[in-house]
Amino acid sequence: MSNETKQILTTDGIPLEVSLKKAEKKNKIKAFLLVAPLLLFLIITYIFPIGDMLFRSVDDRMVTNMLPKTYKAMEKWDGKDLPPEEVFEAFYIDYKLLVEQKTFGKLATQLNYEKNGFKSILKKLKRKMKKFENENYKEQIMAVHKRWANVEYWRAIKRRAPDITYAKYLKAMDMFENEDGNISQVSEDRRVHRVLWLRTLEVAFFVTVFCFLMAYPIAHLLATLPMKYSNLLMICVLLPFWTSLLVRTASWMILLQQQGIVNDFFVWIGLVANDNRPEMMYNKTGTYVAMTQILLPFMVLPLYSVMKTISPSLMRAGKSLGGTPFVAFWKIYFPLTIPGIGAGCLLVFILAIGYYITPALVGGASGTLISNQIAFHMKSTLDWSFASAMGLMLLTGVLVVYWVYNKLVGVDNIKLG
Amino acid sequence: MSKNSQFVKFDKVDKSYDGKVLVVKDLNLDIAEGEFITMLGPSGSGKTTCLMMLAGFETPTNGEIYLDSNPISNIPPHKRGIGMVFQNYALFPHMTVYENLAFPLNVRKVPKDEIDKKVDKALSMVSLTGFENRMPGQLSGGQQQRVAVARALVFDPAVVLMDEPLGALDKNLRESMQYEIKHIHESIGVTVVYVTHDQGEALTMSNRIAVFNDGKVQQLSSPDKLYEEPVNSFVAEFIGENNTFQGEVSDISNGKCKVKLKEGEIVANPINVKSTGDKTTVSIRPERALINPSQKMDNNHKGKIEEVIYHGDHTRVRLNVLGNSEFILKVPNSSQNLDIKLGNIINISWDSADARALDPK
Repeated sequence: MSNETKQILTTDGIPLEVSLKKAEKKNKIKAFLLVAPLLLFLIITYIFPIGDMLFRSVDDRMVTNMLPKTYKAMEKWDGKDLPPEEVFEAFYIDYKLLVEQKTFGKLATQLNYEKNGFKSILKKLKRKMKKFENENYKEQIMAVHKRWANVEYWRAIKRRAPDITYAKYLKAMDMFENEDGNISQVSEDRRVHRVLWLRTLEVAFFVTVFCFLMAYPIAHLLATLPMKYSNLLMICVLLPFWTSLLVRTASWMILLQQQGIVNDFFVWIGLVANDNRPEMMYNKTGTYVAMTQILLPFMVLPLYSVMKTISPSLMRAGKSLGGTPFVAFWKIYFPLTIPGIGAGCLLVFILAIGYYITPALVGGASGTLISNQIAFHMKSTLDWSFASAMGLMLLTGVLVVYWVYNKLVGVDNIKLG
Repeated sequence: MSKNSQFVKFDKVDKSYDGKVLVVKDLNLDIAEGEFITMLGPSGSGKTTCLMMLAGFETPTNGEIYLDSNPISNIPPHKRGIGMVFQNYALFPHMTVYENLAFPLNVRKVPKDEIDKKVDKALSMVSLTGFENRMPGQLSGGQQQRVAVARALVFDPAVVLMDEPLGALDKNLRESMQYEIKHIHESIGVTVVYVTHDQGEALTMSNRIAVFNDGKVQQLSSPDKLYEEPVNSFVAEFIGENNTFQGEVSDISNGKCKVKLKEGEIVANPINVKSTGDKTTVSIRPERALINPSQKMDNNHKGKIEEVIYHGDHTRVRLNVLGNSEFILKVPNSSQNLDIKLGNIINISWDSADARALDPK
């Protein structure tokens, strides 16, 4: 027997495979052209911004670009003793140019991030520089301020030499790279981010749990009630979904504030004393309540769509075969709803982990999340690279959750409705 | 051990869903142990409701159901120990065939090695040995059906209920499954309550058939009696084919009655008529009317052939007899050429005992 399989030819004598490819090529091009606009749109609005964010978060060429000659001269400096004359000269030339272009302020800010005290000595240098002679820059600069004679400050400049830095990521974890190049934690009173990360995870987790606990019975009811009632209930679920997020958050503020309706009610039924009304807003409680309510439909809908497909005869079969109602539920109904649970939990968790407006409005100081911090750096400090770094960490977190979910349940089991 | 003839007993059971209409009316039905009984009827006749009440998914509005002399209305379904085969099989899609079959045994805390044995036995009974690790979705409709049957039997229930289990199968498969279920019933002797709207299915499988209509059992008897001796016009109409004449009784005597039709008069067997003047529907099975019979019969009429349809083993002939143009005859193909041609006028006869004068429609 020969190992070669006989090539099948068409009636024209062309190999079948070739002519099949030829015939399909046109369709493939057509199909590609059809999706091309969408692909382009995705690239522009999705892939490009994320790529840009990734780049920004590690991009550290600002200082390098401002002091090109200095870094060139520093290449030979070992960083142990004060740098040689060439470095001082190069720094003088670079800085002079920045002063002329009036962009030296940025340098001061950037170097001050690296080591405190740069701002003032750079300003002083700028003033004194006008009278500098064209020789011996090292001595002249060192004379401006004693910090210029401190090797630490020159090392700080050298540390900014690489084009890429993960300093923003360290900062987001309340860590930094010190002068020796070791990674260590910032002092205790300045650790703000780690608390926020943990709180974000905690809030997202509990909001997901609360949503699940509330949505499961609702979805079950929706799936089993007769049509006319289930439609009404569906509208009750969807109505908040169609209402503006701000309106819903604002109404929670009205409900939850200390002189609000819920507190009034508690006082009225005698649950709490009038002068001892609990704070239910501007803390984590407010964030939990409002976010759970707002994200509830995202849990109800996937659960409902899965439950709708489960035939009621399965539960009956379970019972008729001898399973108690609980066993029938736990062994038959519940496992069949897992695709919906997975989809709902994933959706709610991902939305909750990046939630922004609601925590900002009802969260107060103890209820804000990492996304509020990202927004703060985008709008107030304009440290976009830091915001990008945190945004990417959030994105990574979501991808990790997705990966874990895929390992546990399998993504192809997800049913979003 | 004598068999209990009232193993399952419906005692004056009423059922209403909305408090306005009775779906089941005053149902009294005894089912013997080991019997294969079929509830047959058109949709909405209350047969499935009866089954659901027996399974425990519906409660009787009034009356009581007894299983082996114990009232069961207040026993939840999972404690009744009744196996059930559902219309759409209701196999658990996330479990393998083995797990599906082991489920009723697991909840009964049967030891593992015994479960294995019972599952093996049940699967071999439906000739599905070797399918233990398949998922229900990987099986064909017929195989799923067998798994469902095996699952309903695996825990040795006293009664197995089947709710139109073959409805979703194609014709050939349905027929072979009918025999298979019948053989399983015969070999293990379990009591089966079977619901269907397919009379052919009911006739081939059952020991007894309860014909349901309008929430009531119209007739409860063996398949042959049901077919040969329907007690009212609904049963006659519902089971098998049927030629009918509407008329009025003009005379009753000696167990025979004369029925006056619009055109002519026939002699019939009075079943549901009492006295002269009663309106009646006379029912005659197509195979009971013969063309030019050799023996003498007491109804002899002429009919004009209006349609001839070839059916392979027999030929259906539609005649106009006594003003009824829907009169059907079945002529076996082995019979001599009887001059069956469109437009011919032929002599047909039937015995008055086979012409049953029933209630008017």
